[in-house]
Amino acid sequence: MKYNSVFDIIGPVMVGPSSSHTAGAARIGLAARNLFGRQPKWAKIHLYGSFAKTYQGHGTDFALAGGLLGFPTEDTRMSKALQIAKEEGIHIEFFEDSSKTDHPNTVRLIIGDEEDSLEIVGISIGGGKVEITELNGFALRLSGNHPAILIMHNDRFGAIASVTKILAKYEINIGHMEVNRKDVGKEALMVIETDQNVADDILLELKESEHIIQIAKIVS
Amino acid sequence: MFRTVKELVEIAEKENLLISEVMIRQEMDIKNKTREEVFAEMERNLQVMEKAVEDSLKGVQSVTGLTGGDAVKIQTYMQDSTPLSGHLMLDAVSKAMGTNEVNAAMGVICATPTAGSAGVVPGTLFAVKEQLKPTREQMIRYLFTAGAFGLVVANNAFISGAAGGCQAEVGSAGAMASAAIVEMAGGTPQASAEAFAMTLKNMLGLVCDPVAGLVEVPCVKRNAGGSALAIVSADMALAGVVSRIPCDEVIGAMYRIGKQMPSSLRETGEGGLADTPTGRFLKEKIFGTTV
Repeated sequence: MKYNSVFDIIGPVMVGPSSSHTAGAARIGLAARNLFGRQPKWAKIHLYGSFAKTYQGHGTDFALAGGLLGFPTEDTRMSKALQIAKEEGIHIEFFEDSSKTDHPNTVRLIIGDEEDSLEIVGISIGGGKVEITELNGFALRLSGNHPAILIMHNDRFGAIASVTKILAKYEINIGHMEVNRKDVGKEALMVIETDQNVADDILLELKESEHIIQIAKIVS
Repeated sequence: MFRTVKELVEIAEKENLLISEVMIRQEMDIKNKTREEVFAEMERNLQVMEKAVEDSLKGVQSVTGLTGGDAVKIQTYMQDSTPLSGHLMLDAVSKAMGTNEVNAAMGVICATPTAGSAGVVPGTLFAVKEQLKPTREQMIRYLFTAGAFGLVVANNAFISGAAGGCQAEVGSAGAMASAAIVEMAGGTPQASAEAFAMTLKNMLGLVCDPVAGLVEVPCVKRNAGGSALAIVSADMALAGVVSRIPCDEVIGAMYRIGKQMPSSLRETGEGGLADTPTGRFLKEKIFGTTV
């Protein structure tokens, strides 16, 4: 089920004017920031469908910037986020893309700094609810209904076992898991939805295990 | 977990519970939270709704100047004369519009189920409150009942204008409010479902055609219409009127109609009212570009 909590419907508390185009956009921006692990220095943002047609009217642009700055949906600085981003040295560019997408409210964010970059695709499905559908070229389906960890790893035997062994040791239950790879023996992505939030020291331990390249978490 | 309105009503009837109680128990279960925690979270949402109405009655104006001030106008009119549609009805209309005016002015609101339709549920709640004199707990329950019905719509159809038109937003919001009013007024779970169906039936086909792509025109006034309809349907259901088409089938019809809507009528600001001479003129005035 796409929506399972009453607070998906009665909520979120947010700065107007649109739950899908403002609050949803802010949440996608925030997810991108969280997955990147820090504030980016630059962002190239591609808007599709209804997002591309109405982003200025709905404040989708400042909301995405607000998310990148780490603002929650109800942060009253939201409408000034583009200016605040500029002051904090984040260079943001918007592109209206006319390509067809599966969902009318789709955005692709490519963010980065001197060291690294990250590309995600998010959709805003209504009422402020969002899903992440792509990360660095890997298709995935992250609802945000549960806490999740995303692990970029080398496609080698034992990589998955070493991760699940650590989670088992800390009695963390896996609700849903998927593994995607670009090619045999290349980079792969584990997406693990858990029943509990995974503490930072466990993440650190996961990061040190063999074949793991990068780890990010999403707190529910 | 209930997936349809039929299942929701059956659980309530079988266990002799209010719809709100079914929703509260399910929320506690899926989030692994106590009743107090779940209530506290909803109380916070209720406070945001109260604050938004309060702010609107001081008078607000959106950045574009397209909306704002109508809620105050209606409150003044209600004090000076006897409104033809009745005090309670117009009070709901004014508070729904006020909430949406605050939303358009980029103030803080609680989405119910969306921001564009955020006026209907609180607007009707605060108006009905004056007559039914509910306890604080009953006011919070109102939101759980509305949310229970909203969940069914969101999972079986849609709640965003971009996906399904305004019928999915103000249509859903009005229908959710109808169901909640019925419970607060002492109606049965089945009567809530009837009220929900009757409101949504009257909203079927409503397109999302915002002028200049802004959540202002016609959104604020559609929140007014949605609130009025919610109260009328609730009264009809409390009188014993039933919907010939069952609630879940009305939701199914809403879904199929939304699927058939062209994208120009789904929150792209391209068709309908957005594509009138005045709509195009306003867009040009605001953004300085032609359509």
